[in-house]
Amino acid sequence: MINKGSKVLLEVKNLKAEVAGVEILKGVDLTVRAGEVHAIMGINGSGKSTFSKVLAGHPDYTVTGGTAAFEGKELFALEPGERARAGLFLAFQYPVEIPGVSNSAFLRLAYNTLQTERGLEELDPLEFEDLVQEKIKIVEMDASFLSRSVNEGFSGGEKKRNEILQMAVLEPKLAILDETDSGLDIDALRIVAHGVNSLLSKDNALVMVTHYQRLLNYIVPDYVHVMDGGRIVRTGGKELALELEARGYDWLRAAA
Amino acid sequence: MKPSREQCFEQLLLGKTVKSQGWLERIRTAELEHAAILNFPSTSQDDWRFTDLSALFQYGFHPVTSYAKLTLSDIGKFLIPGAIRLVFVDGCYVAELSDVTQLGAGVTVAALADRFGDKLVEKNFGYHAPYKQDAFVALNTNFFEDGAWVHVAGEAAEPIHLLHVATKREVPSALYPRCMVVMDASSRATLIEDYVGLGDGIYFSNAVTEVVLKEHARLQHVRVQRDEKNAFHIGHCSVECGRGSIYTATSLAFGARMSRHTLHVKQQGERAEIHLNGLALIAGRQIADTHTQIDHATPRGKSIQLHKCIADDSAHAIFSGKIMVHMGATGTDSAQSSRNLLLSGKAHIDTQPQLEIFNDDVSCKHGATVGQIDAEALFFLRSRGLTEKLARNLLTHAFAAEIIAKIPVPSLVESLGRTILERMSGAHI
Repeated sequence: MINKGSKVLLEVKNLKAEVAGVEILKGVDLTVRAGEVHAIMGINGSGKSTFSKVLAGHPDYTVTGGTAAFEGKELFALEPGERARAGLFLAFQYPVEIPGVSNSAFLRLAYNTLQTERGLEELDPLEFEDLVQEKIKIVEMDASFLSRSVNEGFSGGEKKRNEILQMAVLEPKLAILDETDSGLDIDALRIVAHGVNSLLSKDNALVMVTHYQRLLNYIVPDYVHVMDGGRIVRTGGKELALELEARGYDWLRAAA
Repeated sequence: MKPSREQCFEQLLLGKTVKSQGWLERIRTAELEHAAILNFPSTSQDDWRFTDLSALFQYGFHPVTSYAKLTLSDIGKFLIPGAIRLVFVDGCYVAELSDVTQLGAGVTVAALADRFGDKLVEKNFGYHAPYKQDAFVALNTNFFEDGAWVHVAGEAAEPIHLLHVATKREVPSALYPRCMVVMDASSRATLIEDYVGLGDGIYFSNAVTEVVLKEHARLQHVRVQRDEKNAFHIGHCSVECGRGSIYTATSLAFGARMSRHTLHVKQQGERAEIHLNGLALIAGRQIADTHTQIDHATPRGKSIQLHKCIADDSAHAIFSGKIMVHMGATGTDSAQSSRNLLLSGKAHIDTQPQLEIFNDDVSCKHGATVGQIDAEALFFLRSRGLTEKLARNLLTHAFAAEIIAKIPVPSLVESLGRTILERMSGAHI
């Protein structure tokens, strides 16, 4: 939902970043306001996943130029935990398995860390149990996944649902979904998309990084950006995604 | 002036003459002679080459001659609800703190000193721990004042908790915890040897345990070393497994400035099963050494071992695990895994899996890994709002939890989990 008067959540200007000495992002500009849904598309290696990881503060990536402001605060001055506590969330392309840490204990720990940051009361295990039982309905997840170790032995689809469960519990202001649709069958995609849609409001925003248009059938973007060679080379409405689906990426690459 | 290695040893040999009688007196005399001949091991001995004992030699350790009076509330945080309990304070059995009211039929848990006339004690005691080769075992055998006698025929419904408490004393003290366990045929029990300290006193706890499992006996043997930070702890445990028996050890080393635990398990009857789980979790300048040996001497034995070391700061963890498959031990099935986590650039872990096989018809697997905290997992947790310290602690805890979870006493699993988190300062989970 575009509302030009709403608050700017994220403002990225001329962002440059490298990994292992190789420049991947070569000047990215992006402004995200509250209530908006953005899709960033592009071929493999275009820099779109790097962009999401740089915003979340992945230690393998080094910012070499440009700025990013999150609600006016300098994002790159914050360590990853501080970014999350400020309201930024990254749903991982490849969620990590953490043997020995139960999903519910992890969720409660993360939730309570945010509660403390926001000056609110922590929840004890019983109170949190009530909260999480409500949240797992959003992703149609079986409660048995809560007592298992984080992502351990989960299928690809279950891991992605677990990411959205974390998003539901943590209620970020800005969520970035990094290829959340990859590896999902059509039913799982529908469930995940439905879950994400139910979490959107006029006060938060979503950035979806995806290779394919099909996720956008379920989560309809206000803006579609195409990344190529470490830059956003085209921005349009949702119809741009359909055009990409029909024509591929080559015509844009040539135009760029 | 600091004593030398020789002075430290001589001080220990002076010890305190403990009154004993008959058979035990003979063993004690023999042991003292052996101890004097054996002296302290040095790093030139293969079994000790990673283990620096020099910190121990700085002190002269004195025998304990008077005993601190403790109340149940002093040791409240160590108690296990519902357990049968023997409490030893500075090596002395304290009946008022102990609880043997839940003993079932066929289960004897008593102070060793009260049982010296018992033929079964006499028949087993001292025959399993290698006093002729090991100076520490010899010292213990000569100077131990009391210990635990555990005899199980049938099933012990409640866990048996042997709590050894060391108090803070004016001079460095030498303690000699001792334990003898006999599991009759087809018996079952859970035993917890627990070494704790109160206050930050300097003491040397030199513990010896002997365990015999008769046919088809099953023992869950938990050993928790959570001594105080200035303590030295050297423990030895010898186990004999009879036909069809199942022995499971879960040994944890958290405390002490320098600790060493030697666990020697001999499979002496067909189809005996041996499960060894170990964890050393240390920081600061702690040294924790675990030496295990499994001897497969009869056919179709099985052994599964998982040992983990976690070393932070400048700590040094050592694991040496030897598996011997002797001639005649056909059809042996053995798997050993050593997994290690280095939390700092200055921490040090030595791991040494050793297989010696004198037999063709066996299946033996072993492996060792040394790694650091997984960077992706760390980033994942931080991206969910956790501070780096909390994320590290959570991952470390998870690595340790796999071993702790093998303890079949839920209240102990929970309290040890809390202990670990307290040791990782600043964490709250």
